[in-house]
Amino acid sequence: MSSQDIPEETLPAAHGDAHGAVATADDPFADPGLPPHEHRKQDIDERAAQRSERVVAFLFTLSMLATVGFIAAYVSLPVDKSIYVFPIGHISALNFALGLTLGVALFCIGAGAVHWARTLMSDVEHADERHPIEASPEVKAKVLADFKAGAEESTFGRRKLLRNTMFGALALVPLSGVMLLRDLGPLPGTKLRKTAWSEGKMLINQNTLQPLRPEDVQVGSLTFAMPEGMSEEDHDFQKEIAKAALMIVRLRPENIKDKKSLDWSADGIVAYSKICTHVGCPISLYEQQTHHVLCPCHQSTFDLSDGGRVIFGPAGHALPQLRIKVNDKGYLEAMGDFSEPVGPAYWERG
Amino acid sequence: MSTATTDNRRKAPAGERVADWADGRLGIYSLAKVNMRKIFPDHWSFMLGEVCLYSFMIIILTGVYLTLFFHPSMNEVVYHGSYVPMQGMRMSEAFKSTMDISFDVRGGLLIRQIHHWAALIFVAAMLVHMMRVFFTGAFRKPREVNWVFGFLLLVLGMFTGFTGYSLPDDLLSGTGVRFMEGAILSIPIVGTYVSMFLFGGEFPGSDFVPRFFSIHVLLLPGVMLGLLVAHLILVFYHKHTQFPGPGRTNNNVVGMPLLPVYMAKAGGFFFLVFGVIAAIAGLASINPIWAMGPYRPDQVSTGAQPDWYMGFSEGLIRVMPGWEINLWGHTLVLGVFIPLMIFPLVLAAIAVYPFIESWVTGDKREHHLLDRPRNAPTRTAFGVAWLTWYLVLLVGGGNDLWATHFHLSINAITWFVRIGFFVGPVLAFIATRRICMGLQRRDKEKVLHGRESGIIKRLPHGEFVEIHEPISQEQMHTLTAHEQPKPLELEPEVDENGVARKIGAGQKLRVKLSKGFYGEGTHIPKATAEEYREITSGHGHH
Repeated sequence: MSSQDIPEETLPAAHGDAHGAVATADDPFADPGLPPHEHRKQDIDERAAQRSERVVAFLFTLSMLATVGFIAAYVSLPVDKSIYVFPIGHISALNFALGLTLGVALFCIGAGAVHWARTLMSDVEHADERHPIEASPEVKAKVLADFKAGAEESTFGRRKLLRNTMFGALALVPLSGVMLLRDLGPLPGTKLRKTAWSEGKMLINQNTLQPLRPEDVQVGSLTFAMPEGMSEEDHDFQKEIAKAALMIVRLRPENIKDKKSLDWSADGIVAYSKICTHVGCPISLYEQQTHHVLCPCHQSTFDLSDGGRVIFGPAGHALPQLRIKVNDKGYLEAMGDFSEPVGPAYWERG
Repeated sequence: MSTATTDNRRKAPAGERVADWADGRLGIYSLAKVNMRKIFPDHWSFMLGEVCLYSFMIIILTGVYLTLFFHPSMNEVVYHGSYVPMQGMRMSEAFKSTMDISFDVRGGLLIRQIHHWAALIFVAAMLVHMMRVFFTGAFRKPREVNWVFGFLLLVLGMFTGFTGYSLPDDLLSGTGVRFMEGAILSIPIVGTYVSMFLFGGEFPGSDFVPRFFSIHVLLLPGVMLGLLVAHLILVFYHKHTQFPGPGRTNNNVVGMPLLPVYMAKAGGFFFLVFGVIAAIAGLASINPIWAMGPYRPDQVSTGAQPDWYMGFSEGLIRVMPGWEINLWGHTLVLGVFIPLMIFPLVLAAIAVYPFIESWVTGDKREHHLLDRPRNAPTRTAFGVAWLTWYLVLLVGGGNDLWATHFHLSINAITWFVRIGFFVGPVLAFIATRRICMGLQRRDKEKVLHGRESGIIKRLPHGEFVEIHEPISQEQMHTLTAHEQPKPLELEPEVDENGVARKIGAGQKLRVKLSKGFYGEGTHIPKATAEEYREITSGHGHH
């Protein structure tokens, strides 16, 4: 016996099997066998059976009526009508009517069938024998012999050259399929490092679509901006705004704790990437008093008065800041692209 | 001879002649001989799997309808449909066609809501069904393969759900896809490549909706349909498990026949499930994309939540500290990558348990009788620990909602989840095992001393006793029918001939685990016939 095998005697004996008919008398817990069938009311009392029949027929009839109701609702109710249903509120009348009638039509078929099965169909329990899943030793021996004969006839084991070249061919052929996946997309290159911002691009207010002046940005408000020259109609707008989205706030210069952050601001206005450095949700909640911004997806919190540092949550690094200035005409403009990639971190980010 | 057969044919009713025709080509009589009156045991928990099957069928039916109207395209269009607040807005065709299904196709909203509700119920039912199978030990030999099939169905169901709710390209689901992109980017070395290939370039690009569409309507459902058929064939082939009871042994299956009772009950149950889901879809709005608007990568709504079955992965990502390691110009984004790796581990933990249990017990017999959860305390404790783990993460996934609804600090919830992730399962394990043993003790009392009748009797000398009524033979059998495995013992270091025996590390681990599973303090020895006789044979009452 190998040490991996479990001796049979450590396994508990299955209760029912171990006790033969002889032992039954001694065993107070022996299996008394299937209990006798107990008749339901419907089995003995024909009137009860008829009552059940009526219930089932009623349910099936109700289902038919509900289907008629469904068709009537579909034809008669306008698609844009809304009704008040307590306690849900205003909902689409058509959706409400169709849902309820379809629900009743289906449910009543089910309820009828189940009631029929439970009250009128025989409820006598039967016992079926189980047979072991495993094949008998004879069957197993026959299969193994057949396999051996087949394998020998194939000459698979004898002609090693055939076998090895076939394995080689089968191993290589899926490579074509893998190759074909290459054009699913471009190589990353430096795409994630660059955004639409560059030197001299003005900050455009996303609500008014007008260039921002420093005086437009009030203390305590959060303003969203995009680079000059970008338009919602551009075919790559979604892709570009996913990286270029910017939020700007005005702080009192003495409140900016980080030296670099102060250098990169203009008139106390700091501009940070709106894209969370965790997994890329847009940050949208601003706490005026503390200058904290919060990403509503996973609650990463950043301190805009301290270089966009992470102060809570799962984000791994600070928000990238955009260096801005006030140009000759009095508008806010970028002094270059972000100095580091925006959004979630990735292997090549460094 | 030939005239005789034609005579027979003429006499046979039409139904029989059709059946004859089919039998000559498909062999249906042999099939029906085995299956038509197949016995199925009855227990309420056996219908959980049926809920899965029926909700899957409902999803397919409604899904086919939705494809007739849905345009899986990210081309930008301007909305001019009947939902007034969105007139003139730019959106993808996917979003617009979903709006049209909801507002312009009569009944379209109902079918969309049935589809989504059924998907939620489908995944929930699979999880509950899996727990039923787990806690009753129905996964044991010969059903391990079917357990794996079922597990794969759960995992595929989750991903089919995710790709499905991403299709409308609305603000909420787009945020979910963005999260997925961020998670993919965290994969060391290949992350950016995988992301570029999946999205056909930079996020969001214009490819993910059509790609998710073919994954959602073709690839995953195709695989699932195959697994589902295999799952059902195996259920038929193995015959259903049953709970122990009078007349029910490991070698039989007691219940009622497929025709007519289960035909009617199971067939009827399909309509019950469908009817309830249709009514829910008529009453309760789900995924109201018009309230969220089309996706824009620079916009988001607060309280963003994935569908519930993705909630535990959301919890993982939310409570993980933001670790990042920068070395030699590369970034290891552990804060995202670790949760991404734990996500499959959480699922795998429950999937591999049956194989661990069978290795530890070394039991190679077939098991068709179910365990009551209390009678397998270690397994039950493990299952509850796993559920606790899952639920703690689900709390983490909704930490903002917990915070706003119960006026709690989000920091406190995050720390609760971080600690609970490690401590919760352990506490749940210990508590569950103790509760199981308490219940075992009660069963033993019941067998040996009978049922508490609630009748108080005053004895002549003034003492009050409660009368215990003996329980029936059926009950006694049922309460003692379970097995109590003995722990393995290490074989002695030297064999009977005095030769040193080599005991591998694997075997040592196995014995250790076996002691932990079945050793002292893991169960209450069940009542024996001797104990019973001793108590009942006279030295009086208690």
